[in-house]
Amino acid sequence: MGRADASQPIIVSRDLTKRFGGRAGLTALDRISLDVREGEFVALLGPSGCGKSTFLRCLAGLEQPTEGELLFDGRPIQGPPQGLGIAFQRDALLDWFDVLQNVLLPAEFGGLRVRDHEPRARELLRMVGLQDFAHVYPSALSGGMRQRVAICRSLLLEPRLLLMDEPFGALDAMTRDQLNADLHRIWADRRMTTLFVTHSITEAVFLSTRVVVFSPRPGRVAENVVLDLPAHRTLALREEPEFLRYARGFRALFETMGLIHG
Amino acid sequence: MSRAGRILLPLLGAVLFLLAWEVAVRILGVRPIMLPPPSAILHELSTAPLWFAEQAVYTTLITLAGFAMAAVLGVAFSILIVEWAVLERILFPLFVALNSVPKVAVAPLFIIWFGTGSEPKIAIAFLIAVFAVVIDSALGLRSVPADTLDLARALHGSRFKVLVRIKLYCALPHIFAGLKVAMSLALVGAIVGEFVSSGRGLGYVILTAQGQFDTARVFAAIAILGVLGVVLIGALDVVERYALPWRHRVAPGSGH
Repeated sequence: MGRADASQPIIVSRDLTKRFGGRAGLTALDRISLDVREGEFVALLGPSGCGKSTFLRCLAGLEQPTEGELLFDGRPIQGPPQGLGIAFQRDALLDWFDVLQNVLLPAEFGGLRVRDHEPRARELLRMVGLQDFAHVYPSALSGGMRQRVAICRSLLLEPRLLLMDEPFGALDAMTRDQLNADLHRIWADRRMTTLFVTHSITEAVFLSTRVVVFSPRPGRVAENVVLDLPAHRTLALREEPEFLRYARGFRALFETMGLIHG
Repeated sequence: MSRAGRILLPLLGAVLFLLAWEVAVRILGVRPIMLPPPSAILHELSTAPLWFAEQAVYTTLITLAGFAMAAVLGVAFSILIVEWAVLERILFPLFVALNSVPKVAVAPLFIIWFGTGSEPKIAIAFLIAVFAVVIDSALGLRSVPADTLDLARALHGSRFKVLVRIKLYCALPHIFAGLKVAMSLALVGAIVGEFVSSGRGLGYVILTAQGQFDTARVFAAIAILGVLGVVLIGALDVVERYALPWRHRVAPGSGH
């Protein structure tokens, strides 16, 4: 696989349209055009049912676009691309494997030698504070710990593209804050290209270098904002004026879209 | 519940049931030929314990053989129909139709085919038991959450790996539920087989004792069958606990 030129976007979406249920069916995505460059952290922000998850699933090769073009490294996405890391809202851990085996799943399913990847798996677990839980079954972990394991799993093979579909959506506020901080630290460290679906304005602004707002039914790109915020962030950033300015802006946009009423 | 409570409470239930039975039969003066008291049944068992044991072992072996066949072939068949939709369309309606034929009605045919040895009895036990295994394991193999399958696809998991690393594990609790039903049904099948033609086994004991109006002996055989059922299902419970450690223990026993 030839690495794309740095100036070349890693993801190109041109007029991507996705309809479910034939011609008269539901249009989930309507002519989405979006470029993502290597190393960006793009939040896909929008209300439930705006198609942002569908867009992510198209990128993951789990759905085929109805019309338009979707390229990864300059090539159309036909199935799940190589070099993909993925995390869902439900952690999708396998209950019958221990934590370490779960983290190693991408190596096992990718047909690689699992043993070679064990040091890396243990390093990832250490990074999220789960080094002592390597041989524990997921059922013994809290929701936040499980989602950490899922993130380690998504990072095992050093993905070029990390897709996260509301990974913290089911967590309580405090755990969510912690995982936001953890994820930012990991991303700031290795700068893997990340697309992160969320409906939380705070989460989107805190984590990303760029926020793409989707409008609901059919999903369209309503706004595309590159954030001018420091590269290294702590949770305290969320009280800074520039952070609040962005958050207020997105909230105002949601209000004009009729999604929230103040 | 404590370990002692798990064993003692059901035992207490059984003892109370037997006591009530004994008292009721004595107070109401029921004729032993209609319903003997538990004490008479116990006495019957104590007259020839080894002979009863021999019959019980024979029936147990028939049951286990039929059950084992049902378990192996049932799970294999469910994998085939779940993995290949075409096979399901071709075979499943046929399977349901065959299962709808009363096995008791086919039993005499098996005597013609397999003779009067153990084979026809095992075949009947298998036939009666296999349906439960197929239905439950097919359900289990299909119970994998959608995002788990998405994950497997995104990780380029081969079909074989998805089957043995995800689907089969996911199906295990369902498979065990099916196996427990199958075990009881295999026991029924073994008795049916022995009813039709046999010189051994608890079914044979019941049939011959009935012919002699030896009600106590009929009940003795039935009592053994009851205990046998509990023991066989209990054994499956133990196997299940070892087969699904993640449901019962916090961490695997040994590192790797």
